[in-house]
Formats: sequence, C-alpha cells, structure tokens
Amino acid sequence: MRTLIAPGRAGVGYKIALVITTVVLTAVFVVPLVWVVLSAMKPAVELARVPPTVLPRTWTPGTYAEAWELMDLGRYFLNTIVVAVGVWAVQLAVDVPAAYALSRLKPVLGKGILGMMLLTLMMPAAVLLVPTYLTIADLGLLNNPLALWLLGAANAFTVFLLKRFFDQLPAEVLEAARIDGAGQLTMLWRIVLPLSRPILAVVSIFAVVAAWKDFIWPLLVFSDPARQTLSVALQRFAPDTPVNLLLAGLVLSSVPMIGLFLVFQRHVLAGLTAGSVKG
Amino acid sequence: MRRRVAENLTAYGFLSAALVCFAVFSWYPIARGAVLGFQQVDFVTEPAWVGWENFERLFADPLFATAWRNTLLFTALALVFGFVVPFLLAVVLNELRHFKAYFRLIVYLPVMLPPVVAALIWKWLYDPGPGLLNSALRGLGLPGAAWLDSADTSMLSLVIVATWANLGTATLIYLAALQSIPGDLYEAAELDGANVLRRLWHVTVPQTRFVLLVLLLLQVVATMQVFTEPYVMTGGGPEDSTVTVLLLLYRYAFYYNDFGTASALSLLLLLVLGAFTALYLRVTRKADA
Repeated sequence: MRTLIAPGRAGVGYKIALVITTVVLTAVFVVPLVWVVLSAMKPAVELARVPPTVLPRTWTPGTYAEAWELMDLGRYFLNTIVVAVGVWAVQLAVDVPAAYALSRLKPVLGKGILGMMLLTLMMPAAVLLVPTYLTIADLGLLNNPLALWLLGAANAFTVFLLKRFFDQLPAEVLEAARIDGAGQLTMLWRIVLPLSRPILAVVSIFAVVAAWKDFIWPLLVFSDPARQTLSVALQRFAPDTPVNLLLAGLVLSSVPMIGLFLVFQRHVLAGLTAGSVKG
Repeated sequence: MRRRVAENLTAYGFLSAALVCFAVFSWYPIARGAVLGFQQVDFVTEPAWVGWENFERLFADPLFATAWRNTLLFTALALVFGFVVPFLLAVVLNELRHFKAYFRLIVYLPVMLPPVVAALIWKWLYDPGPGLLNSALRGLGLPGAAWLDSADTSMLSLVIVATWANLGTATLIYLAALQSIPGDLYEAAELDGANVLRRLWHVTVPQTRFVLLVLLLLQVVATMQVFTEPYVMTGGGPEDSTVTVLLLLYRYAFYYNDFGTASALSLLLLLVLGAFTALYLRVTRKADA
C-alpha cells in the first residue's frame, strides 16, 4: 500500500533506515530486559563492579531458585493468581449478564443505567481512591481479595465493550432460539456466549493483565504482608534484598505476563485498537 | 403487558449484581468523596463538618504548590516524550516493510511488565555507579548523570521510565490509524510537488487528527495521576522534587490518617481533570455524530 514515501524508490536509504530502527529499538526495548535476566545470574560482588561485565564471569543461575526461596515468591504468586483469576471470573459473571440485559432485553431505564455506568469512566481513578478505600474498610473487606474482585466487576468499559458486541449479533439467530422456547438464561449461555468468543477473549485478557499489573489498590487493601500480591511484596523487599536476588524476583514475576503476551499476542493487540479508540 | 413486566423482571435480575457493584464501588464513593472533602475523618473520632478547613490546610502546606508544580512538569515532559515519540515511531514503522512483527512485539513488551517491576528495574539501571545507563554513556565517552539522585534530573528520569513502559500502546494505536489513510492522498500530494515533510504535515497529521487528540487528552488525564513511579523509585525525593499530587494525597490519607484533607485534594484534582475529561467527551461525541 502507498504510504508517506513512495515504494520502489527504496534503495540504500531504506536499508540504512531499517538498520538504524532495528538497532535503536532493540537497544531500547530488548537490551534492558536481557541485561536484567543476565545480571540476575551474576554474583552480588560482580554486580557492583564498574564498568559492569557483559556476560557473567561467574554463572550463578541458582540465584533464581534462591530468590524464589528467600522471598517466598510461591506465596505471592499464589496471592496474585487468586486476585487475577478472581477479578476475571467475577467481572465476567457480573458484567456479561448486565451487558446482555442492556443490549437485548432493553429494560425500563436501561439507557439511564448505561449512562450512569459510563459516567464512572469519566471519573479519574485517583479521585475515588479515598472514598472507595473507606467504603472497603467499612465493609470489612480490607486484606480480603473479594474487595479487588468486586471493584473489578464495577468496570464500565467492559460493560460497554460487551454491550456493543451484543448489539451487533444477528437478530435472526436469537429470534429462532426464542421461537424454540429457550429462556433468556439458556439463550445467553447456549447462543450468545459461543458467538461472543472474540470479545470475551479481549475482555478476559484486559481483566487479567490489568489485575496482574495493578499496584495501588493491592497496596491499599493488603496491609497484611502474607496476603500481598507480587508487585506490593517486591517493592517492600526491594530496599533490603541483595540486588541479584531482587532482579531474579523481578524477572520471575514478569514471566506469566510476557508468556501470556507471546501466546495471545494477536488477541492482546486486537483489544488495543478495539477498545481505546473507535473508528 | 404482563409479558413486558416479566421481561423487565428478567432484565433486572440479569442487571442486579452489576447494579450492586457499581452502586457500592463507584456511585456511592463518588457522592461520598464530595462530602468527605468538607469533613474531618481520621478513624479515631466521629466524622465532623469542618467547612473549608481542609482546603485551608492544603493551601498552607508548602508541599501543595510543590506537588502541583512537579505534577505539571511530569505531565509536560511526558507529553513531549510520550506523545511525539510514539507518533514519529509509528510513522517510521509504517514505512518499513521488514521485521514488522518483531517491531510490534518489542515495543509492546514493556507494556506487559507490572509497573512496579519496570520501576525497580530502571531504578537499578539508573544507578550512577555500575548502572547500565551511565556505563553505556561512559562507554561512548560521554559524562554520566546523577539521574534519580539529583533534584535536577529526578523528574526527567521518572518520565523516561513511564514513557518506556507505556509507549507501545500509543505507537500501535497510531500505527493502526496510519494504515487506514488512503494511499491516493499521498499520491496526489506528491504530484502537487509536496516533499516528505509537507506530506507528513498536510496528509498524515490531519488524517490522524482524531486519534492524536483523543490520546493526547487521555494521556494528560493519566499522567496527572502519576503515583507508582515516584512512590517506588524516589519516595518523593530528592528534596521533594518528585512529590506529585497523588503522592501527597497518599501521604495525607495513609501517613497522617487525615482522610478529609486527602479528599479535599481529590476534589481539586477532579476540578482540573474534569476540564480535560469534558473536552475529551466533546471530541468523541462530535466524531460519533
């Protein structure tokens, strides 16, 4: 396709631009990550050396196992998984029926409810920090992952994406099922959900990634160290953990999200353009 | 008639869980936030009305002005880097016909890292001694910098981290927008004798104006709420040079247990961000119509 610069004229200039872009982007986005993975395998003494060694002089890949043990990462992984999977499950269980009702059942005041939900998107998250925290405290949900699950379910963006998708489902299919005498719950489960796999994938990935990346809410909710998520625990450990062990911990805690991205790359990137900007 | 009632009952059954979640965790906190700003709330005594006292306490706090100055500096720098760089990067990537999948993959990798992880990695890369950044600069024969350790460069250092971590999102959104520009527009401009820069300015920019504007507004709203990077990397220092509005809010609420003053600060933040949000709404509405 024709772009800014006419194709075909691309000769030496194109090759130079390609090489520069490749080198610069690799240096900026890949080198720091590789550097961390490698540095975690250097002994602490070697890490303090100026100038730094490129490849470890002394390979200590055992740092990763040691970090896992020392920081008790298994526990924090489990806590984070409980939060992320819970956020995902509760968000879908709550928002899918709601979006279906708003899209297909069109109840009295439905438009008003959708409007009120979308209004919350206009509220900067930081502004609601204190009142939401106090509400969680009043409900006795501090140090309880349920607080994050329910908070995640009040997601107007998810409701909006799902509703917009349900709006576009072919009416004939739904009508046919209805004539066959299917109830609304059967319709949603048997007809609508199987047709909605693409949007469910996008919404699910959004939910899990957001929950895994979240910092401020787990920080506020989990004051009990035993219940903290990886992000909260790692920043608590950071000041007094040997650098090589900390780096290993950082790498390990990123592996699930990087893995998810590599496997579901197409869905992640599709969600990016489907969600944030229309048209 | 009866059928209509039954349908409404089913619909509200489907909606009930969502209505409860929104009511408790969104709508009620919005209303409560407005009230809290004018109360004294400390968990020790009963909440009491104090009028504008919370706001007066804020205005008397020397950190109040500092926090706004720092936040505006962060937002301004984040726009220079986080707005211009991804656009130009997307323009370049759109011209390249090789390694497309690789470029897309690597610019988005940092977006998948938890922000705390990115912050802690960079804190170590910034280490003036053995850190990668100064080592690389020295290797190129350039002088190193103090990065997070100096009040002059601390904010810039945080902006670099935030930009590195988030630039992938904007770049890929711009890239999608660029791909929808009809090729004949460039063709026609070229026939009219427009050079590359003029084509960029008169074709590319106007054709992506909507996306540019929306991301600009979203970015202002997001960067004004910056918290994780200063909290994890500097704790507000050195010399209060990275105390942001949200960090100050966090201190009032969770160090001093003064939830009323923290809420007053939230309301002021809302006032500022509300203007941008209203603008965003107008822009997206217009495009819908």
